[in-house]
Amino acid sequence: MKRLLIGVPFVWLFVLFLVPFGIVLKISLSDIDLAIPPYTPTLEVSDGWAGVAAFFSALDLENYIFLTSDDLYWKAYLSSLQIASISTFLTLLVGFPIAYAMARAAEEWRPALLMLVILPFWTSFLIRVYAWIGILSTEGFLNQFLLWTGVISEPLTILNTNTAVYIGIVYTYLPFMILPIYATLEKMDASLLEAAEDLGCSRMQAFWLITLPLARPGVVAGCFLVFIPTLGEFVIPSLLGGSDTLMIGKVLWEEFFNNRDWPVASAVAIILLLILIIPIILFQRNQQINKEAQQ
Amino acid sequence: MAASGKDDVFTPWTDAGATPLIRIDQVTKRFGDFTAIDNVSLDIYPQEFFALLGPSGCGKTTLMRMLGGFETPSSGVISIDGQDMSSVPPNKRAVNMMFQSYALFPHLSVWDNIAFGLRRDGLDKDRVAARVEEMLKLVQLSQFAKRKPHQISGGQRQRVALARSLAKAPKLLLLDEPLGALDKKLRQETQFELMDIQEKTGTTFVIVTHDQEEAMTVASRVAVMNNGQLIQVETPEVIYEQPNSIYVADFIGDVNLIEGTVSALGEGAELAWAEGRTPLIGQPGAALTKGQGATFAIRPEKIAISADEPQDRRNRVQGKILDIGYLGNLSTYHVELPEGPVVKCEIGNRSRIERRDFTWEDEVWLSWSDTAGLVLAR
Amino acid sequence: MKRLSAFNVVSLTLGFAFLYIPMLILVIYSFNESKLVTVWAGFSTKWYGELLQNDAMIDAAWVTMQVAFFSSTLATVLGTMAAYVLVRRGRFYGRTVFSGMIYAPLVMPEVITGLSLLLLFIAIGMDRGVLTIVLAHTTFSMCYVSVVVSSRLISFDDSLEEAALDLGASQFEAFRLVTLPIIAPAVISGWLLAFTLSLDDLVIASFAAGPSSTTLPIKIFSSVRLGVSPEINALSTIIIAIVTVGVLTASIVSKRQITRRLQEEAQAG
Repeated sequence: MKRLLIGVPFVWLFVLFLVPFGIVLKISLSDIDLAIPPYTPTLEVSDGWAGVAAFFSALDLENYIFLTSDDLYWKAYLSSLQIASISTFLTLLVGFPIAYAMARAAEEWRPALLMLVILPFWTSFLIRVYAWIGILSTEGFLNQFLLWTGVISEPLTILNTNTAVYIGIVYTYLPFMILPIYATLEKMDASLLEAAEDLGCSRMQAFWLITLPLARPGVVAGCFLVFIPTLGEFVIPSLLGGSDTLMIGKVLWEEFFNNRDWPVASAVAIILLLILIIPIILFQRNQQINKEAQQ
Repeated sequence: MAASGKDDVFTPWTDAGATPLIRIDQVTKRFGDFTAIDNVSLDIYPQEFFALLGPSGCGKTTLMRMLGGFETPSSGVISIDGQDMSSVPPNKRAVNMMFQSYALFPHLSVWDNIAFGLRRDGLDKDRVAARVEEMLKLVQLSQFAKRKPHQISGGQRQRVALARSLAKAPKLLLLDEPLGALDKKLRQETQFELMDIQEKTGTTFVIVTHDQEEAMTVASRVAVMNNGQLIQVETPEVIYEQPNSIYVADFIGDVNLIEGTVSALGEGAELAWAEGRTPLIGQPGAALTKGQGATFAIRPEKIAISADEPQDRRNRVQGKILDIGYLGNLSTYHVELPEGPVVKCEIGNRSRIERRDFTWEDEVWLSWSDTAGLVLAR
Repeated sequence: MKRLSAFNVVSLTLGFAFLYIPMLILVIYSFNESKLVTVWAGFSTKWYGELLQNDAMIDAAWVTMQVAFFSSTLATVLGTMAAYVLVRRGRFYGRTVFSGMIYAPLVMPEVITGLSLLLLFIAIGMDRGVLTIVLAHTTFSMCYVSVVVSSRLISFDDSLEEAALDLGASQFEAFRLVTLPIIAPAVISGWLLAFTLSLDDLVIASFAAGPSSTTLPIKIFSSVRLGVSPEINALSTIIIAIVTVGVLTASIVSKRQITRRLQEEAQAG
């Protein structure tokens, strides 16, 4: 019985998750070909061992070398790291006060506030990003509003720039930052702050010395939950970013769908994976530590 | 002192021809490096109310879980009714357990909780209904049958747990600290109810508890455990009056312990405890040799307190009253002897407190009979 | 009653304004007469009409619903199995690999998951269509379900399962009659989460879909790349409305249940 329980999901994930990565690796070592599928070599098992040998000898690191030679790719990686880091920081800046205020609100308000944060999360991600197109474009709502109030005299170009991407990322990923921080802050014993004040702390000091350190697990979790997916984000830079917005997710997509260069796209994916491994392991380790600390 | 000569007293363990219901044969249980049960052998007879008593971590719960089938011995054999239980899972044993947290199914009514085990056996609806009604009547919860666990009080939940575990009329019922969650008054009432139900149904009960009062009240025999081993297995009276070790003497009830050397050994034992004082006389414990270091154990309620030196008792010591405690029904006197030890003496308050004879700092004499104390090996 | 400081009130107001104003604008402009989405020309519901006559859109919506339903149901079954195994059965051979595989898709960028799945389908010669999208969605949803269910299982009192076994239930009966009914809310949340993720997914569906099968997000995306369109606003409003009703209902129902339960417990004494 136990074997069945483990076996079925295990096999599923093995076939549909692990094996595909092996294939991506293999294709990243292949060459582009005007064929269906558009890469070579393909493994012809019918040729027996000779076929297998021929297969392996045709694989090479050509695509990886190509990635290092063309500026586009390493710039895209760096740009993605930069955008992801800045966005995570901005999301933290916006999300922390909200989470903090929610945790400090009266008991009976909290479920309602929680629901207000979760509702956007359940709403389609695509639609919420789309909303910003209408707001940030030159004829968009924001420009109309600013022109009408006289703050500016010429419409601002925000759409199709990195700024729009930042706004989009912060907007979409905000619930992912708020929820873990809120969960951590809510568990915090209010009497800790009272004890601090009793011992002579001012409100600000109590915040810096008590609240912030205790909120750390939530903050760290929130940052990972924003940073890691943002690195490979495609939709937001595609819809809100410009042609000079370099993000690796977009590059991968374009290599694959526009250039039909599957081997290169695969190589891009492998490198992205390698870059991500460190944050992912750190994230898993962080979750482990938190879980053990709670027990 | 075995209860011999009285035919109507329940002592199957003294009967050579009696077959035990449970035989625990050289059972050891290890969790990694930690030995929870260390080579324990024990026989439990049908219709006993058997208590496993000890502090947390002594292994009593592990032993009980092995009886229930939730743990398997690392070595040794557990047999129930002559059948080796090594390969029998918990759902196939004629053993039921009453869990410490009650483990009532929150999504089922009281009625359905009790019926759960009966339904697993495939009994037809009428038989199930009849049995459930019978159990509800036994624990006096008939009018709460339709309620869910969160809609009844803690004491009522405990009774549902009991009814559910008895519904299948198991040969053996295991009770894991069943009264821990109840307040003192309810606990005492429930103890007697449990004993009643046990006698009425004729089921063998094995109860795990750290509360020695509870064990002493309900059990026909008590097994005092420590560090995975059985220290003493006897009736409550014997455990109390004739503890086989300092550990047992100290664990059960209050006891005064005075250290010394065995000065004489015969029908009684004498312990030299202080220079220039007559040795204390008491009953000898096991394996004593003359000249050996030993401890004198005397229970507070066996000690008499007087202002004048009692002439008719060999065991008498003098000291100053250090502390007096008033507990309503008892008074306790802590008397400091000039040789060092502080002896606690307990007297029932037969008259009102204004007429107390002694007060702090008084010089008093403490005395007890020759057979009231024990000399135990160190 | 604790009063919030002014700073906190401002934080909350600004925060929620930031979250909701864009959606509000979207909704308002769906009723705009003009095709130029952001220039208000008067109130009209004509775009809703156009939307309902847009067959391609409706087909895509139908495909999306089917995919979401099947993939979330399958994902719930698999995810619950995985959660049960990880929480209940402590050690087993291959546990690290297994738990790694369960949690990795959560943090994996969708472009990578999508690409890898597409390459798999091609390598084994499977035609891309609705089935491949279902397979793809099941794979990544399963992980989310597993997270939700395992966090519920961790706080689940396992003496309840032991009690069921003690009373004669088999392992499967114990799960079916005791564990499952009690963790049902978490399982349902997992299903809803998987359903929403599938409904909303663009990237993986783009990789896994065939030429003949389009999902709603794919259609929306291709339309949106060309610029804003009031029909999309109308569609968005409908989606927002459905989600709002759903979330509100769930909130109210769960609040009522909790209140009623607290009352019952208080009365029981």
